[in-house]
Amino acid sequence: MRFIFKTSYAQDVNLARHGGHVFWYGLLLVAMACAPWIVSEYWLAQITFVLIYAVVGLGLMLLSGFTGQFSLGHAAFLGVGAYTQAALTHVGVPAPLALVAAGLLAAAVGMVVGLPALRVKGIYLAIATLAFGFIVEEVFARWERVTGGNAGIHLTAPNVFGWVLDTDVSFYFACLVVTVLATLGILNLLRSSTGRAFVAIRDSEVSAQSMGIHLARYKTLSFAISAALAGVGGALYAHKLKFISPDQFTVLQSIDLVLMIVIGGVGSVHGAFLGAIFLITMPQVIALAKDYLPSAVGQAPGLQGLVYGLVLVAFVLFEPHGLYGRWLKLRTYLQIFPFYRKGMFQRQKSYLKSDRLK
Amino acid sequence: MVSAGRPTRHFRTCPARPLRPGFATPDVPGFHDAVQVANPLQTRGLRWYSYQRQSPNPFNAPQLPATAGRPEPRSVQALQIIISGIAQGCIYGLIALGVVLIYKATETVSFAQGELMMLGAFGGLMVMTLLGLPFWFALIAAVLAMAAFGMLLERAVIRPILGQPAFSVVMLTIGIGYVLRGLVTMIPNIGTDTHTLPVPYKDAVWKAGALVLNVEQLVIIAATVVLSAALYAMFKYSKLGVAMQAASQNQLAAYYMGIPVRRLNGLVWGLAAGVAAIAGLLLAPITFVHANMGFIGLKAMPAAVVGGFGSLPGALVGGLVIGVVEALAGFYLPEGFKDIAAYVVVLVMLVVKPSGLFGDKLRKKV
Repeated sequence: MRFIFKTSYAQDVNLARHGGHVFWYGLLLVAMACAPWIVSEYWLAQITFVLIYAVVGLGLMLLSGFTGQFSLGHAAFLGVGAYTQAALTHVGVPAPLALVAAGLLAAAVGMVVGLPALRVKGIYLAIATLAFGFIVEEVFARWERVTGGNAGIHLTAPNVFGWVLDTDVSFYFACLVVTVLATLGILNLLRSSTGRAFVAIRDSEVSAQSMGIHLARYKTLSFAISAALAGVGGALYAHKLKFISPDQFTVLQSIDLVLMIVIGGVGSVHGAFLGAIFLITMPQVIALAKDYLPSAVGQAPGLQGLVYGLVLVAFVLFEPHGLYGRWLKLRTYLQIFPFYRKGMFQRQKSYLKSDRLK
Repeated sequence: MVSAGRPTRHFRTCPARPLRPGFATPDVPGFHDAVQVANPLQTRGLRWYSYQRQSPNPFNAPQLPATAGRPEPRSVQALQIIISGIAQGCIYGLIALGVVLIYKATETVSFAQGELMMLGAFGGLMVMTLLGLPFWFALIAAVLAMAAFGMLLERAVIRPILGQPAFSVVMLTIGIGYVLRGLVTMIPNIGTDTHTLPVPYKDAVWKAGALVLNVEQLVIIAATVVLSAALYAMFKYSKLGVAMQAASQNQLAAYYMGIPVRRLNGLVWGLAAGVAAIAGLLLAPITFVHANMGFIGLKAMPAAVVGGFGSLPGALVGGLVIGVVEALAGFYLPEGFKDIAAYVVVLVMLVVKPSGLFGDKLRKKV
């Protein structure tokens, strides 16, 4: 077990709290940088998807996990980013500028969606974002001049000021850079006063307000940042798939994104990554398992939905803190080895936490 | 476009949405009138079950052999649209009713309601086709089975999680929806097909002057009226109903008064599932029975919000509002507006009056 003895204030705000962090995350970064020469092309593509989903997940995590706002319409922001990227790169804007524009436009849309969040909360907000998601999806399908309608739209390889990222490896590095930047940005945001304000809003709006936090501003800001990250993720997603159409941004995609952070662990930055890994590898695991199952089960078309549903139900029931929570438990168990008690991470049960008491 | 690296997405088995119809219309006199009657009411469904649209369709204006040649008066047409909107709205309302029942009892929002409806419709279908029993028997059997299933569901997965944040519960019900849909899809030879429920009143048409009405729609409306009256009577006069009301107003006080709140919660889930099964069986003759019919439940959410989330009559009225607006939007507005009409209505409602038509204003005390 490690005891951290703080000797300076700088230690309080350090991102890496101790040498172990520096070592392990450094190792991870090195491994990621070497990945193209270690893993096969197929798995590299999967890792790229994990990175892209992780960027989107970071955004949703900021909104749901740290600000406590529901969103069942995040695929809309993903789509706004993707279509912006497609439209801008088609007229010859360099990819990085288009990426920034995609993020900004998604953020602007996010602010608009954030407006109802100022008046409604909880389930109403979920339904408002759901409704918004449907409307945006319909816009994608109908605004044919820009989006190509249901026929979809093709993208060219990203052009970074003359340098074309047309190989999987170069695009992987682009995604890696964006992901690392996004992660550092979120980590820094969360230890700033803005991030603290978000968390305060999540824990109690009333007390946050009485501490002088401007609810409207911070909620809108959270929506904007979250949407911006989703937009950036969407732009990368569009480049990765090279083809986008409205049915990639349906409510099912939104639900997948929420599923991702719930399974990863709501309220932890790690959770976004673990959830992304889950979301991408699960179909592969199911595909592998199919060979060992009786064909009546293995070949049935509903298997994937069933497995997703079961995993989701199981996580909500037995491990509400997600994969990251499970890891924390495991780590604590090892750290304090024979002294781990069952109740250490007992979740608090609060009866009658009602919104309708008059 | 689909590289090996693309993650396999689920529920993407249906073919892509067909292109905008109606760009090549023959120049025959009278054709446009006929098409106008038959087409605008097409329920386009949500995108992922768009394949449905290729089959003869839900909530079409009834087949009108008599009027195919001559254009009918606008008022009659409008009336028909409104009636079909009301019928659709009744379905939304019934699903929303289940959602609101559950919300009032346990303060959890069930996103699985549409799937329960789908399960009920499949249950009825099984009883009718496999066992060959009559419709009325199937109706009762399906409703009872679903009520039992609802109670089981409450006991097994909802009760352990009560008191957790709403977020968890919403995800839980979404997960239940996935499981149910997956399970039904996995039934060999049945789950993936689209079935017709052989009800006695299938394709019957009822004529009143120039008005031609689809009996399927009239049955939906009549059944909803009867069901609402029965529920009203139950909540007003029966001991059980009063106990449910008490528990929903203040759970703790009801508990102190000796009302078995837990058992009531189970019963409420059963009731909600039963209502969903009825909605499914009513909807079945029109949209057909298939694994994705539960997605209609996503339109019941706006209905519940429009009516005010905590109000039972509000849920039905909200459903009617959504249904009628949707039908009118489908007729008078360009294509595409029909699908998002419900969501536009709910967004407007949330901005103008977040508590809904019948909801009471609630303030949290600090």
